[in-house]
Amino acid sequence: MSPDRRQFLGWGAAVAAGTALAPAIRLIELAQARSPQEAASALQRWGLLIDITKCADCDECVTACHEENGVTGHGRPGTDAQWIRKVSLRDKRTGYAQTLPLMCQHCEHPPCVDVCPTGASFRREDGIVLVDKHTCIGCRYCVMACPYGARSFVHETVSGQKSDVPRGKGTVESCTLCVHRVDRGETPACVEACNRDGGKAMVFGDLNDPSAEIHRRLRAELSTQVRADLALNTGVRYQGL
Amino acid sequence: MMRIATGIIAAVLAVAGFADAGDQRARRVAVPVVKIEKGDACVAPTGEMRRDHMNMLLHQRDRTLRQGVRESRFSLKNCVDCHASRETGSVLGKDGFCSSCHVYASVSLDCFECHTPLRQTRAASVPQ
Repeated sequence: MSPDRRQFLGWGAAVAAGTALAPAIRLIELAQARSPQEAASALQRWGLLIDITKCADCDECVTACHEENGVTGHGRPGTDAQWIRKVSLRDKRTGYAQTLPLMCQHCEHPPCVDVCPTGASFRREDGIVLVDKHTCIGCRYCVMACPYGARSFVHETVSGQKSDVPRGKGTVESCTLCVHRVDRGETPACVEACNRDGGKAMVFGDLNDPSAEIHRRLRAELSTQVRADLALNTGVRYQGL
Repeated sequence: MMRIATGIIAAVLAVAGFADAGDQRARRVAVPVVKIEKGDACVAPTGEMRRDHMNMLLHQRDRTLRQGVRESRFSLKNCVDCHASRETGSVLGKDGFCSSCHVYASVSLDCFECHTPLRQTRAASVPQ
């Protein structure tokens, strides 16, 4: 065996070992929980999968969300903030009725971010779409731009906020995917409530993590995005729609 | 000898005079009552905190919101948890830690338009 040939075989072995180990290293990297000192990274993309066939005729998710985030109204449905709502669909011919929770869809290409004149509406590295209320001027362009009607404007002075969820008059707000809970390694309040008291229709997880239930189910089962024609690549997916 | 003694007496009188002027100023202007509720040391020396607390908060707020870095050291929540009044549980109000100084210096305080000025019950239940 000439030295050249031996060297060539050595390279081959190194490449083979590299390809065998690389996926394992990546898995470890993804599985590690983020410490509070670490910034959110694009390795993750948080998302929700909602199975409408299991969605019960309840509003546990809505109640839990508004409780968790301190979203209180003034009994004025026209202007009160709404982070998540139940939408009822009914086929006029057959009378087949469905109900589903609708909130910010945490798009990969969010129209609310495109139109924001101050950069207050932004998408975090891990896919969560948020409003920076320090720079929000309350112009409400994002409210107009969102095809899901997910954003609300705070019309009145707010008191009794939760320490993790600041809210104030004159700014726009929407579902944060319970970012304060996600950063602690927990699931959003709506998902927790649905799995505890509701129809167990919601799954939360990292769309990029091959070991996550949401990733496996999206890979194996049919799912849809609301208004998929807009090609926004939403982080919230539905089944049975 | 006589000259030195005169010098010493003059110096003592001058210091006493300055101290008296300081006292008078304090009596003329209502100096804010700053009640530091908990702990001997803040996250930085007092002088630095007085000068730079707004910059620390500004820096931390952008890192937390935009990047998801949730260090408690310079977080507003951490400020409130230590400095909220024991009676009212708030950093606002007449003798509130934040508002007493801000009212005195006539600097508007916008943080608590959105953030809660109240200490969280979890921390309040811990004996101090």
